[in-house]
Amino acid sequence: MYIVEMGILELKQTLNGHRGRVWNVCWHPNGTCLASCGEDKTIIIWGQQDPKWVVKTILTEGHTRTIREIAWSPCGNYIASASFDSTTAVWDNKSGQFECNATLEGHENEVKSVSWSCSGQLLATCSRDKSVWIWEVNDDEYECAAVINAHTQDVKKVRWHPNEEVVASTSYDNTVKIFKEDPGDNDWSCIATLSSHTSTVWSLAWNKEGNQIATCSDDQTVKIWQEYKPDNEPGIVTPNNESVWKCVCTITGYHTRTIYDIDWCKTTGLLVTACGDDIIRIFKEDSDSDPHQLSFTMVCSMDTAHTQDVNCVQWHPTIPGQLASASDDGSVKIWFYNE
Amino acid sequence: MGDTLENINPKLYKKINEREITVEDEDEDIVDEFDTREIFDLIRNINDPEHPLSLIEIDNKANKVCVKFTPTIPHCSMATLIGLSIRVQLLRVLPPRFKVSVEITPGTHMLEAAVNKQLADKERVAAALENNHLLEVINQCIGIKC
Repeated sequence: MYIVEMGILELKQTLNGHRGRVWNVCWHPNGTCLASCGEDKTIIIWGQQDPKWVVKTILTEGHTRTIREIAWSPCGNYIASASFDSTTAVWDNKSGQFECNATLEGHENEVKSVSWSCSGQLLATCSRDKSVWIWEVNDDEYECAAVINAHTQDVKKVRWHPNEEVVASTSYDNTVKIFKEDPGDNDWSCIATLSSHTSTVWSLAWNKEGNQIATCSDDQTVKIWQEYKPDNEPGIVTPNNESVWKCVCTITGYHTRTIYDIDWCKTTGLLVTACGDDIIRIFKEDSDSDPHQLSFTMVCSMDTAHTQDVNCVQWHPTIPGQLASASDDGSVKIWFYNE
Repeated sequence: MGDTLENINPKLYKKINEREITVEDEDEDIVDEFDTREIFDLIRNINDPEHPLSLIEIDNKANKVCVKFTPTIPHCSMATLIGLSIRVQLLRVLPPRFKVSVEITPGTHMLEAAVNKQLADKERVAAALENNHLLEVINQCIGIKC
């Protein structure tokens, strides 16, 4: 008999400020503030005024349609925002307040996601036009370095590796793809396709080391993928001298609707999911988990975490256990998970 | 809508009788949960195929409404638009706590899986509803004929 120790997810604060659905939240890299965005076409920056979180700034007029996602640069001085208006805006606070000083155009329709590489020198965007774009950042100039047409459908999410220039994307075509630049010809190409989900893959999260990826899907499962480098110990064949990614765990039977987002805590290793059944769930890797066949146990399930779909969850970058969520119910919530 | 009719000889269904209002319906003290007839009445007047709706499931406790509609012909190009109109109408009139799913009745359309997947993707539905032209067409479909 395996006894599961359930933890408690404690609500710290509900942040109301958006009108309508909130699509995304993103912590500043040092954790001092939080950005959120949604269908009201605004970005709200929340800061802490002890003990409460309050609105610090509202950024408007950068986009003409829904803002789907925002991302802080690793240095914390820039915010990139992806919008249904088919552009990505980059905001900086050089003047002392955030201003939109660059608009990246090129996608044919809705931009769904944006992500900065660990160096802050590269930006990736993806769109319903099925493409992933890589942008090079040079002194506030953004140049398109690659347009990658590897997916066959709407691309939902892009996320850079935590410490290498490797980017992963998820799509409505049910796959996850990994891209890397070929140093020979500077061409970006797909180096791996992760197939196993049976419906739209909505989001992904890298682990701290970058050798595992967690993905979540409309098929109501979470999958964990393990990287096997050339000459790996278990002897998994790696054609073309490229890493092979294998699904080493499927978390099934917990979620009752689409899983819209997942985040992997870099400090605690806990996984958190955002689901269309309004529930936030937390999973922990079992202590006796086999590295080639991982097992996870649900350690927390917060019913009615929101009154509508949960769209986004993100762990705080430095405070273990703290997390933020965003929902169709128009609110952003700050939580603390106690083991 | 196109200039020529895609289905020149649609199957016509007998129009269902108007709902009879009972004494209980007018009593403000009685908790009156949504029922299938009520959901049907909310979408029965959506224009184009006369009565495409064959199955409605509602679970008030779980806040779920599932509508299965039957396109008039298996290659009906309007299936996505009809499904979207049903979804939009229910999103507008039902309390936001309801999870609305709209699907094609199994086995009645050639692109059933693709249409269902698109109708279930709330991000694509949200983007579609920000398209003014499409929104106009949907509003026309939903607009109740007087």
